[in-house]
Amino acid sequence: MNKSNIQLNEQGRLRHFLSIEGLSRSLLTDILNTAESFTSVTEQSVKKVPLLRGKTIVNLFFESSTRTRTTFELAAKRLSADVLNINISVSATSKGETLLDTIRNLEAMHCDMFIVRHPLSGAAHFIARFAAPHISIINAGDGRHSHPTQAMLDMFTIRRHKGEFHKLRVAIVGDISHSRVARSQIHALNILGAEEVRIIGPKTLIPAEAHTLGVHVFHDLREGLRDVDVVIMLRIQKERMEGAFLPSEHEYFQLYGLTEKKLELAKPDIIVMHPGPINRGVEIDSVVADGSRSLILQQVTHGIAVRMAVMSLAMGHSFSDTEREGS
Amino acid sequence: MRIRISNGHVIDPANNIDREQDIYIADGRIVAVGSSPDGFTPDNDIDVTDHIVCPGFVDLRAHFREPGQEHKATIASESRAAARAGVTTVCCPPDTDPVIDTPAVASLIRRRADEVGMTRIVPLGALTQKLQGQQISEMKALKDAGCVGVSNAMYPMASLIELRRAMEYAATHDLTFFIHAEDAALSNHGCAHEGAVATRLGLPGIPEAAETVAVASCLALIEQIGNRAHFSMITTSRAVQMIARAQFDGLPITADVTAHHLHLTEIDILDFDSMCHVRPPLRTQRDCDGLRHGLARGTLAAVCSDHQPHEPDAKLAPFSATATGISALETLLPLSLRLVDDGFMQLSDVIARLTCMPARILGINAGTLSPGGPADICIFDPQRYWTLTRHNIVSMGHNSPFMDWELKGLVTQTLLGGNIVFTSDKDVVNV
Repeated sequence: MNKSNIQLNEQGRLRHFLSIEGLSRSLLTDILNTAESFTSVTEQSVKKVPLLRGKTIVNLFFESSTRTRTTFELAAKRLSADVLNINISVSATSKGETLLDTIRNLEAMHCDMFIVRHPLSGAAHFIARFAAPHISIINAGDGRHSHPTQAMLDMFTIRRHKGEFHKLRVAIVGDISHSRVARSQIHALNILGAEEVRIIGPKTLIPAEAHTLGVHVFHDLREGLRDVDVVIMLRIQKERMEGAFLPSEHEYFQLYGLTEKKLELAKPDIIVMHPGPINRGVEIDSVVADGSRSLILQQVTHGIAVRMAVMSLAMGHSFSDTEREGS
Repeated sequence: MRIRISNGHVIDPANNIDREQDIYIADGRIVAVGSSPDGFTPDNDIDVTDHIVCPGFVDLRAHFREPGQEHKATIASESRAAARAGVTTVCCPPDTDPVIDTPAVASLIRRRADEVGMTRIVPLGALTQKLQGQQISEMKALKDAGCVGVSNAMYPMASLIELRRAMEYAATHDLTFFIHAEDAALSNHGCAHEGAVATRLGLPGIPEAAETVAVASCLALIEQIGNRAHFSMITTSRAVQMIARAQFDGLPITADVTAHHLHLTEIDILDFDSMCHVRPPLRTQRDCDGLRHGLARGTLAAVCSDHQPHEPDAKLAPFSATATGISALETLLPLSLRLVDDGFMQLSDVIARLTCMPARILGINAGTLSPGGPADICIFDPQRYWTLTRHNIVSMGHNSPFMDWELKGLVTQTLLGGNIVFTSDKDVVNV
């Protein structure tokens, strides 16, 4: 039995979007192509298509987030859906209501899709397994496990700038251990056929048996950047200085911070990405973050089109529908 | 009441018996095995052709949830499950609510078990008061109330100095020290084996070293103190090697393994299956193989169930937020028998690890069919296939990853002190 089946319906089409793992290359390519067709929508003066008119989408956030929630909300509105934002981190759970109770209550309000962010790994899978069958679940980040729409918007950005994936060497730098973004990116890059995926960081921030994810592990940034086409920097959380993961921001920047000088080791046309929010002077130098090779702000823009694509595909619209509506 | 159990294949490892024989029971005790005592006329003759007759099983670790968590299970409900499983003695850890740190709680549990009369319970006393890991409990009083050993359950000791003092005090009263070997700082609130699967699922990991570091520090202390100690629920191949070496060096230590760690690995949690959320965690295939070899060689002397019944809600949450444990009594025998089919062990060696060897660890007179002893007997059909389902499970806890598995080896009768406390019902068992 394929364990990730829960994401697909009987026809093999997207029903929930929980993790990249277990999805096919053609499905990921469909998402990218659909997103491509939506970019024109986001650039028009009237930024709406009626694909999800009459549908109710709930942004169900058990963990705070500004950018992800906002781009999901914008994406839903541009598809003409009604959007409800619910932040549960303080309200229901502190009153003793279980996650399942919360889901049952929202089901009773006849919603069509939940966008879920939760601090525990596997939360989106859990909700998908127990929610009513007509509801689609989109994972907006669960613990350290998965953040599939972020990975897809990164893939979208890479494809726009580099074309096909099979000749690309991509390095992901920083706190891989605690990063749901890195895990999703690694799966997406491998499924889309990237030539090599590297992860770079000190041993305290590389998860156990990381090579089993299909990556090469480097502990030296200079060595790891050699001949790389794309570098993705991850945010370093302040808490990592406390749990004996890192000695100081200063030493981290010395060893793993991305500077113009270190970038010289990579390919000349390297692109620099970061899922944000960035820590200037910790994982990335301002000159690089604001420089010509940085695509950090484009990633945010692409986030809207990619999330529109995922939402419309999960609600049963095929790529050709979106082509028609988008043009 | 005089009973003859006839035509069964008797396996009694303590007495080196492994052949077809009859067993004679009078007044709740075994009076003879093999030839009939003079003038014995049975009131009840149980013909068990093609069945195995062995001592009732001794389970080193099962939680019956009473007192304190009766919404999960009760001594009455789980005693019935034990009888169905062929288990006639269970050792219960002290983490009830209130904890077994006073003679009153130990006596209460034993009295309840006697009232129900379907299995015997021997409690472990709390090593420290309220299991807080600091002030040692009144171990002598607990021993007098029937505790067969002491343990701090799954709770950590405040530091190694408290561990050392507690070992010394337990040794003073000749109490076996039951250890759950887990370094709390290294397991660091993890919920799965730190390895490829936890990495993939983004679950906080419990490294192998959380177990090996704890085993190593305990072994160093035991070497100095010379106390008798038992490691509960070993999960790593490396810890098995460390224990084997220490046993070779003559340390008075024993160890056990749960039935599920002999069959499940980290792979089984791959779709966030909360039924496989257990503590200590499921490890790698290499560890699983190491545990099987350790059991076959005798380094691990017993298979326990670590039975932990839960109400359904306890398993309905994202993986790390679910309660740990499996409702495991009723799969103890079939999972253990699987080792025979898998070619790891002889049937009589498996039976030994469910009967006389755990009884020896507890220092109790059980797990044998010796004449004069209580007639605690399990009769099972080793060839019979059956399926555990929500409808036929006896335990109040339905939380088992083995639900709907095809299991081989069905308990057909259980006798406790000569009373038939379980007979399999064809309709219920759903073969």
